[in-house]
This record gives sequence, C-alpha cells and structure tokens, in this order.
Amino acid sequence: MDLSNADSLAYHVPELVLAGGSIVVLLLDLFTRLKARLGEVALLVVATSVLAVGFGAGADQGYLFNRMVALDSFALFFKLLLGFAALGAIWMSTGSRELDGEHPGEYYSILLASTVGMFYMASATNLLTAYLALEFVSLTSYILAGFLRHRARGAEASLKYLIYGGVASGAMLYGFSLLYALTGTLDFIELGHRLSTVAAVPGNGAILFIAVVLSLAGIGYKIAMVPFHQWSPDVYEGAPLPITAFLAVGSKAAGMALLIRFFYPALSSPAGDGTWIALHGVGWPALMSVVAMATMTVGNLTALRQQNVKRLLAYSSIAHAGYMLMGFVVLSDAGLRAILFYTVVYYLMNLGAFAVLLLVVNQTGREDIEAFRGLAWRGGAPAAIAMLIFLFSLAGLPPFAGFIGKAYLFAAVIEQKMWLLAFVAAANSVVGLYYYARVARAMFLDQPLAGDPEIAVDLSNGLLIGMLLAGTLVFGLWWTPIVNFADRSLVFFGN
Amino acid sequence: MEYLLTSMTFLPLLGALVVLALPRDNATLVRWTSLVATVPSLLLGLWLFENFDRSVGTMQFVERYSWIPAFNVQYIMGVDGLSVSMLLLTVLLSPLCVLASFGIEKGVKGYFALFLLLETGMLGVFAALDFFLFFIFWELMLLPMYFLIGIWGGPRREYAAIKFFLYTLIGSVLMLVAMLALYFANTPHTFDMLVLMERAPTYARGFQAWAWIALFIGFAIKIPAFPFHTWLPDAHVEAPTAISVILAGVLLKMGTYGILRVCYPIFPLATQQYAFWALAALGCWNIVYGALCAMAQKDMKSLVAYSSISHMGYVMLGMATLTPQGMNGAVLQMFNHGTVTAMLFLLVGVIYDRAHHRNIDGFGGLASVMPVYTGFVTIAFFAALGLPGLSAFISEVLVLLGTWQYSQPLAITAASAVVLTAGYMLWMLQRVWLGPVNEKYVALPDLSWREIVTLAPLAVIVIVLGVYPHAVLDLFGPTLVALGDTVSSAAPVVAQAALR
Repeated sequence: MDLSNADSLAYHVPELVLAGGSIVVLLLDLFTRLKARLGEVALLVVATSVLAVGFGAGADQGYLFNRMVALDSFALFFKLLLGFAALGAIWMSTGSRELDGEHPGEYYSILLASTVGMFYMASATNLLTAYLALEFVSLTSYILAGFLRHRARGAEASLKYLIYGGVASGAMLYGFSLLYALTGTLDFIELGHRLSTVAAVPGNGAILFIAVVLSLAGIGYKIAMVPFHQWSPDVYEGAPLPITAFLAVGSKAAGMALLIRFFYPALSSPAGDGTWIALHGVGWPALMSVVAMATMTVGNLTALRQQNVKRLLAYSSIAHAGYMLMGFVVLSDAGLRAILFYTVVYYLMNLGAFAVLLLVVNQTGREDIEAFRGLAWRGGAPAAIAMLIFLFSLAGLPPFAGFIGKAYLFAAVIEQKMWLLAFVAAANSVVGLYYYARVARAMFLDQPLAGDPEIAVDLSNGLLIGMLLAGTLVFGLWWTPIVNFADRSLVFFGN
Repeated sequence: MEYLLTSMTFLPLLGALVVLALPRDNATLVRWTSLVATVPSLLLGLWLFENFDRSVGTMQFVERYSWIPAFNVQYIMGVDGLSVSMLLLTVLLSPLCVLASFGIEKGVKGYFALFLLLETGMLGVFAALDFFLFFIFWELMLLPMYFLIGIWGGPRREYAAIKFFLYTLIGSVLMLVAMLALYFANTPHTFDMLVLMERAPTYARGFQAWAWIALFIGFAIKIPAFPFHTWLPDAHVEAPTAISVILAGVLLKMGTYGILRVCYPIFPLATQQYAFWALAALGCWNIVYGALCAMAQKDMKSLVAYSSISHMGYVMLGMATLTPQGMNGAVLQMFNHGTVTAMLFLLVGVIYDRAHHRNIDGFGGLASVMPVYTGFVTIAFFAALGLPGLSAFISEVLVLLGTWQYSQPLAITAASAVVLTAGYMLWMLQRVWLGPVNEKYVALPDLSWREIVTLAPLAVIVIVLGVYPHAVLDLFGPTLVALGDTVSSAAPVVAQAALR
C-alpha cells in the first residue's frame, strides 16, 4: 500500500494525538489553572498515542504520505518503545523536585513534540523525512536539556548539545546531498537500487564512502557512538534527570531505528537465508565494527573514573550503544533481532537506574556516588536492592534481563564468527561490572555517615521502579514474548 | 520423585523468600528458619544417595522441559555419579554453615537470605544439564558471594569481594563465548549437554582447541589453578567463616566439576591434547606451589587457603591421568577436600571468635586449654596431611596410583609434596596447640554445643570414609570409567611418552 497525503491521515493517529496533545498542553497552561496537573495530561496523551499504535498492529503495512514515511512492523515496534520511553520520562518528571515550578506547560509540550519527532525517526523512509525528524528531535532536545536555566551546567549542556548537533547534522546533510547527487533520489529503497549500479562505476567508491561516513555522523551523534559521543556526558549531567533518561533511552532507540532502516534496506539487501549482503564497495560493516569496539571500550573505560552517577550512567550508555552496534554489523536478522531485544531490556534497566537515581537526587540533592553511601542501611533498602538489580542487569549478569539481551548480541556475533568483536565485548563486560559494582559497593558495603538523610520510597516513584523491576526480573527468566515480538517486527515497508 | 532435583535446588530459594518476610528484629527466628530451610534439601539429598542406581554411569532423575523454544533453551536437570557426590557435599555442608553462622549479628536477614540463594545456585550448577541453565546457575552464585564477603567479611573485605567477582566474571565471559560457539557448532542449535556430548566427534579440531582453553580458563579460575589463584587467599582471609567453608568446600569443586562435566565429554580430543600440560603438570605445580606458600603463611586462615590450592592440585592431577584409579581418586578427593577443609576453616573460625586474631605465632599450648577443640583439630589436621585411616589418604593414594601409570616423574613429585603438607600442618599444630601455654589465652572456653554439632558430622564423615571409602566411591565409579573411556578412545593418543 502506498497512500497519498489525505488517505494517510487515517493511519497516522498516534502522531496526530501527540502533536495535538502538545498544543493542548500549552493551551491548558495558558488558559486554565491546571499547571500542577499538566504532567498527568501529558501522560494521558502519550498513553492514548501508545494505545493507538497498539491498535494499528494488525493493519495493512506500506507507505504513507507518498513514500515519505513507512507504516510497518519495524516502525510499530519502535513507536511503542518510544511511547513507553516518553511515558517513563513524564512519569519521572511529575515526581522530580528539580522541575518544581519550572514552566510545566512548555516542558511537557516540548517533551510531547520531541516524541513525535522520534516517531518519525523510526518511520522515515526518505532522506528528507529522516533529516527533518532528526533535526526536530535535536531542536526539542536542546531546549529540554537546558530547561533548568538557572543551573550553569544546564546552559552548558544545552549549548554543547546545540553546537555538536549543528556540526553533526551539517555533516549529515552534506552526506545526503552527495547521495542525492550520485543517485538522483531521496527514497531509501530507490537509493538502494540505484546505488548498486552507481557503486560499480570506477571512482564512485570513494565518494560513496565519504557520503556514508558523513551521513553516519548525524545518526551516530544521536546514539552517542564514538567519535560522535563527546557531548553526551555533559548533556546527561546538565539536563534535568527525566530528560537525561529520555535521551538515554528514547533518543538512542530512535537513532538505532533510523540507523538500521538507512543501512539495512537502503545500503544492503537480504540474501534470503536470514543474512544480508552489504552494498558492494562501501565497506561499512568493517568500519562499523571498529566503531562498535571503540564505542564500548571508550564508554566503559571512561565510566571507570566517574564520581557523578549521572555521568557514570552517561558513559555506560555510550558503552551500551557499542554493544547494540554489535548486532548492527553482523548483517543478519539475528543481529537486528538482538538489537530490538536489547532496546527493550535496555529501556527497562536503564530507566530503572535513572528512576532510583531520581529518588536519591530528590531527597539528597546530590548525584555523586557518595550520595548512595550506605543507602541500604538508611531506610532505602528496597531502592538499593532495585538499583542493584538494574545495575547488575546493565552489567549483563544473569538472571536479569540484561544478560539475555547481551547473550543475544553475543550469539549474533558468534554465529557470524566475528571472534575479535566477541572477545572485545567480553572484556568490556568485565570492565563494566567494575563500575556498576562501585555503586553497589557504596550502597551496601559502605556505612552511612551521621549526616546522610534517610531515603524513603514514595508511591509514585516506587510504582514506576516496581514495574521496571518486574520487567527486568521476568524477562531475565522468560523472554519468549519479547523475542517473538522482535522477530515479528523485522518487517520493513510491509515486504 | 519426579521433581526431585528441582525441589532440592529451589527449596533453599523458597527458604530465602520466607526469611526475607520475617520480622527484622527477631534474629533468633531468622537463624532457625534458615537452618530449617536447608533441611529439606539435605533430606532429599540423602534420599538420592539411598536411591541412586550405582550400577550405571548414565544420567538419572532427569527432568526436561522446554523453556525458551525460540532460543532452544531447555530446563534439563539430571544427575550421574559425579553430580550426586557434589550435590551430597553441598547439602551436607549447607546446614552446618548456617549453624556456624549463628554468631552473625549484622544484617542477619540479608545474610541468611543470600546464603540460601547461594545454596540454590550451587545445587543448580551440579544438577543442570543444559549449558545455558548451567551458566545461569554459575553466575547466580556470584552476586550472593560478592555481598557475603563484601558486607560480612574482614577488614579488607571490599577489595577481596570485588577481586573475587572480577576474576570469576573473566572466566564466565570466556565461558559464555565458548558456550555460544558450541551452540552454533550444532545444527539444530542446542545447549543440551547430552546432545553436545553425543556430537563430540563432529567438532572441528581447531574449534575444540580454543573452546577448550576458553572453558578451561573459566574453570581454572574457580579451582583455582596457578596462575589464576591469587583471588583465593584474599577471598578466604576476608570472608566470614561459614563463607570460607562454602568457598573451599563447594565453590572450588565447581572448577574441576566443570572440567569433568563440560570439557571432558564434549571436547575429548582437546582434552587428550591438553590434559598433560593444563591438568597434570599444572596440577602438580599447584600441589608443590600451594604447599610452599602455605608453609610461609603467618595467618592460620591463609595457610588453610593455600593448602586448598595444594589439595586441589591432586584433583587436577588425578583427572588428567584418565585411569580409573586416578579419576576416582580425583573425585573422591573433591569430596574429601570438601569435608576436611570445611573442618579446617570452622576450626580456625572457632579460635578467631575467641581470640580475634589468627596469627600462628600468637598462641601456644592450646591443647591443654581446649582439649575437645584440640581433638577435632587433630582429626582435621591429620586428615589434611593424608594420614592412613582418614579420608584424604585414600583419595590421594588413588590419585598417586593413577599418576604412576601415567607419568612417573609427576607421581614422584606429587608424592614427595606430601612431606611438605605434613610439614606445614604439623608445624602449625606444634606452634599453636603444643608447647607452653600462652598466658593470654589460659581462660579460653572450650567448644560450645553449637560448634560441636557443626564439627562432629564432618569428623564422622572423615573417619568413616577413611575406613570405608566405598560409601562414596561406589557412587561415581561407573560414571568415571565411562567418562575416561570417552576421552581416551576419542582419537589418536597424543604422545607424551618422552615426558613419562
């Protein structure tokens, strides 16, 4: 199916709900006295949108808006995930003390708008839509990252994000223009068809390679992969905590979706036996496997030295981007499935870790490891145990979901016999454990000092943490539903 | 008894949940509940001991369920002679360790809940027959162990705990890579160990070679084999008494168990190829090196820790020979070392509880102050140095008999090292228990009823197995003969004749 603009609207309810909701929130803020309840309104909007996505699950698949965006299982998967990421971020925002009295109307409105942008990143099938979606998400993220205007770090974060983002998207745009110059089309699929003939022409290989690398800059920047990762620790540290969580989980997933859609259907073709053949002459799999190894190694080694838990989680999320890229470079459905699987468990465990961090920040006003000192011994035992499980799940220890996610990634790599990548990732897992264990050590092995406040778990945060915890535990032991869902979601453009 | 192994494995976990639900301020209730929670597994273990068919070497009491069909992960539990003996050791030591932990005052609920979780992990490792399941149980033990050492340990506990954790994890990730490679080496892909064993002849030589080494490193860290042993003295010295007992009594056995369960039947060719250097020669070096290090220790607990390294060397040496005597001796040594070293750590714990230090030079003449205690010490020490009539003698002799047929230089080295063992054991006995009484410690109380109850069963086992080793030997005889045959008949025997 290939619908025109007017016909597409009927299949576009989730995005319309979010966009409409974004405006409604702004209007409610202006004309009513609902300021304190805007978070709940935003939650309702996203929940409706997620339901709308869910109801679209069985519908026809194909293209919307004259092949500008796709309506396929792959997009559906990521829209659900991104919807849940937005739900988590909004939920956390409602319970965050940092954000008290900080213009909730604008905040939630922009958050919803950003979610729409991410939805488009997951479904773009055209260089133009891809660029617009990416830019839109970036612009909204700059504002959200610097939302705490009175905080010097917030302003720094926002500006850094803006400058890095500007450079990255400029580079990407240039890459896209080269691709257009080579092929005369912006459509992903058409691009793939024409590139195979273009690449065969002598002399085009180098240009094509440059075009691909430049395009990668923009997307790689979103998922914080080396060498486009430098912004992320500062931004993660300076942004309000729920936004940090949203960027770490949502932005990264959206970037992953775009990366896969651009490189798989466009720059490679299915071989029919579950593996893919990369476009001849570009050599991106080799390049990306080096990038993957560099990303996980840089992320993990830098995380070792961090004292601020938010920064630590930022570097850890760089490392996790590296792990996810393992599934990306193996050119197999198993690898893609592993990425999809990983984004789900990563959502659960990373958002969970941020939720516990939020609890601690709310009650101590501090984000460093010291703030966690003796958490288990000063009333925060449930929170400490939850944090422990999230962290050790991130470290990839069974019986938590993070282990299963990592096992799938390793399996995909080992199936293709990419031993170097497998061993580098294995070594990285050990390094990872060390810094996660530092937080665990502070919580359980250190004793609280006299001045450390008691940490209590409030209902709202407790509920969120509890749900994420349940997911992390259940999917660690029984993950058939996610793996089946990921399998079904590997359908691009309804083919 | 359809769910025998499952119940045995998970009942302690159930106990852990019950313990967590108990009121925080009633420590006595928590302690007794934990003790009770270890009893059902013990009873099931004894029932298993009674009903296990000793005449065959095949898997018994097998439970098999589909778990994650998409990944072909199954829930398979089953036991042969090898696993039965290790399960038995675990369920015997667990209640004793709970009893020995009654003195813990800090975070009692957490301690016992973690301990029971640890027991589930250990039993699971010995019962699992699906590699993925095995791996999950294997890793499941890391977390409780980290906290048991890290929270309830000695002064350098944090360092020791993270060192243990990281070392083991290095081994585990290597194991994970090898496990997945093995999974893909079979079509249809599977983690079922029984199938993996059947297909053993089909694996390429090169694959066998590196996968064996990856797995071996993972297991060698647990044994611990030189040069991967450095975590052990730290972990042992810092861990609370009962955890040292579990660590030495059960966890170290997992290394050798893993080699026998995974490396031997799945990679018989590679086993032949590497057995001499990686197991026999390294084992022999472990014996001598551990004994020499033990001799130099000033702390009783680290002396016992190094003695473990030495004694585990006999296990490696024995299993490398592939002879019936050697292999039976090795597994018997695993069992005997489990009980003897448990006694040693408990005995060191007794004196540490009273004197708050463990310096070998800080005592003297304890025999006249604490006669009952000294009685147990004597049994344990003489068992450890291999006195005939006590359990460890039998297993060491069997190992040496097997080794003699395999490589005489190694047999002579290993046999001579017994002198070193006797040396450090008797020397410690002399300095701490004999000689003039240290005035500071004339008033030390003798063993309490609780300590006697923890030590007596072990002493009985040590004596009984010294006289009637067949009680345990019969369990695994057929299993090990079959295993030895699998390996030695797998393919061309690699010549090490020159070294023999």
